Amino acid sequence: MSTIVDTTAATAAPKERTPVRPARILLHVFLAGAALAWLAPLLWALYAAMRPYGETSEKGYVSWPDKLSLDNFTNAFTQSDMTHYFVNTLIIAVPAVLLTLFLSSMVAFYVSRFDFRVNIFLLLVFTAGNLLPQQVIITPLYRLYLLIDIPGITMSGKLYDSALGLVLIHVAFQSGFCAFVLSNYMRSLPHELTEAALVDGASVWRLYWQIVLPLCRPAMAALATLLSIWIYNDFFWALVLISTGENMPITSALNNLSGQYFTDPNLVAAGALLTAIPTLIVYFALQRQFVSGLTLGANKG
Amino acid sequence: MTTTPTESPEAATPPPGSGPVTKTAQAAKVPQGHRRLLTRRDRLTLGLMAGLPTILHVALVWVTALASIALAFTTWDGIGFDSIKWVGLENFKELFTNNPQFWPAVQHNIIWFVALILIPTPLGLFLAVQLDKQIRFSRVYQTAFFLPVVMSLAVIGFVWQLIYNPDTGLINSLIGANEPGHYIDWIGDPDLNLWAILIAASWRHAGYMMILYLAGLKGVDPSLREASALDGANEWQTFKNVIFPTLRPTNTVVLVVTIIEALRAFDLVFVFNKGAEGTELLSILVTNNIIGESSRIGYGSAIAVVLLVISLAVIIPYLIATFRKERQA
Repeated sequence: MSTIVDTTAATAAPKERTPVRPARILLHVFLAGAALAWLAPLLWALYAAMRPYGETSEKGYVSWPDKLSLDNFTNAFTQSDMTHYFVNTLIIAVPAVLLTLFLSSMVAFYVSRFDFRVNIFLLLVFTAGNLLPQQVIITPLYRLYLLIDIPGITMSGKLYDSALGLVLIHVAFQSGFCAFVLSNYMRSLPHELTEAALVDGASVWRLYWQIVLPLCRPAMAALATLLSIWIYNDFFWALVLISTGENMPITSALNNLSGQYFTDPNLVAAGALLTAIPTLIVYFALQRQFVSGLTLGANKG
Repeated sequence: MTTTPTESPEAATPPPGSGPVTKTAQAAKVPQGHRRLLTRRDRLTLGLMAGLPTILHVALVWVTALASIALAFTTWDGIGFDSIKWVGLENFKELFTNNPQFWPAVQHNIIWFVALILIPTPLGLFLAVQLDKQIRFSRVYQTAFFLPVVMSLAVIGFVWQLIYNPDTGLINSLIGANEPGHYIDWIGDPDLNLWAILIAASWRHAGYMMILYLAGLKGVDPSLREASALDGANEWQTFKNVIFPTLRPTNTVVLVVTIIEALRAFDLVFVFNKGAEGTELLSILVTNNIIGESSRIGYGSAIAVVLLVISLAVIIPYLIATFRKERQA
């Protein structure tokens, strides 16, 4: 990390209060260089993915390309049935995100708008649960999922190896973080709002659904973005709780693909980049939400 | 990969001049009024609203965590409940004295944490400080550094394999070590592979830290900086003596996030070499007991309990501090 040395020199330069231009330019040069270096692994993957295996095995990977094409992408996409795995991910992620937001907003409403004794304890249980490493609970969970018979609802007849099982654990695990963030957010809403409605005879459900929830839209949007990306990116739960390749979401299916095609790194590179595309789209489209969501937990937003 | 919910004190404390006293008094009073107005039906609704999510969370997270503890004192092959046998501390004894992977795993988890806190964390802070200078294209730079955080750790594992692969990887191709006999086996060599993976992990972690610090820096009162400049402090002095101390709440979050990331580390290692020699981690040992051939549930649970104890040692004090601060506000 010699870069650190380079720039402290560049940025510590202006002793005068008015910023000196050359320092700014140096800073830009540094940042642009660092940003490019940061993207290098991805650009390298892209370059490898755009070259046919035959060419790289003959000329080596560090070589000038004869021809760049998207063939590996189409091959990875069609040969490994990626559409199917993307759909699997969708079947898991969409209900999981919606349910997490719904359930955690109800808990948050409860703990932030009403002064019951259990509030802090309840919130502690949720937040601490979310901070545990997944492996702490996986062994009994795996057994539990094998034990629970739900014939007719899932293909496997059990929670194990089913989208439902994954949805449940995602919701259970992620609601800890969301409950904490949303309860902070709801606490910042003026109490007069709900109080007036209560005096007018509105039910608690109405307070939640028609008054509080609509006001939480910014926080919910931020959390929805964050949850979509986290749940999409999940590798561990699917690895352990799904056994049939057919049922796998995209990230763990990619693991199979790489096992199958380990002799063709270019194809694996294409598969990996394809897998990353949806998260990149979500991120670029909803960058602000994502970043504010991430820091919502760390610094109340 | 989860963020940690926290509260920075300056966010929890109402801004000066906004009449904190009346606000808290009100907040304490009003809910009581709420409670009196509740009908029986409302109480039932509220009970369900809090109850259902709690049941799901407690059943899947806390009951299974407790089950891990209970199973850690037994042996069980997983087939039928009658094969569960109480063995007391046997599993732990075997783990601590007889498992050649256990102590390396503990050591690697510690190295993971130390490496993340020493390299990508200061780097993230440094980048955040540079990007906080209201420069042009700040968002473009931010996006570049932040991009890895958005990607799945499994995908990151595959991307970095293209760099580390002994035959076809970028590094060996560049330095000419991709000929038989000259291989540098970044993934297989137990002296190298952990560090190779840690570089990939740091690549992601630095962007994450940068975003947390950028948010922290936004909360720094600009007048502090002005005052410091008026006193003739240079940039480094201002940072060291004025800005950095005000980042304390962010530092706490960063520390906790990093510890938890180090304890959770799994995906990258699994994709790289499934935690074979040189990259053992506690999380990998637990998982191997489930997806490996041997199904030793009691033994696997014992490893999980070690992980649980270390995690709780971090989580509990942190949450107590956080919630105490919140209550005071």
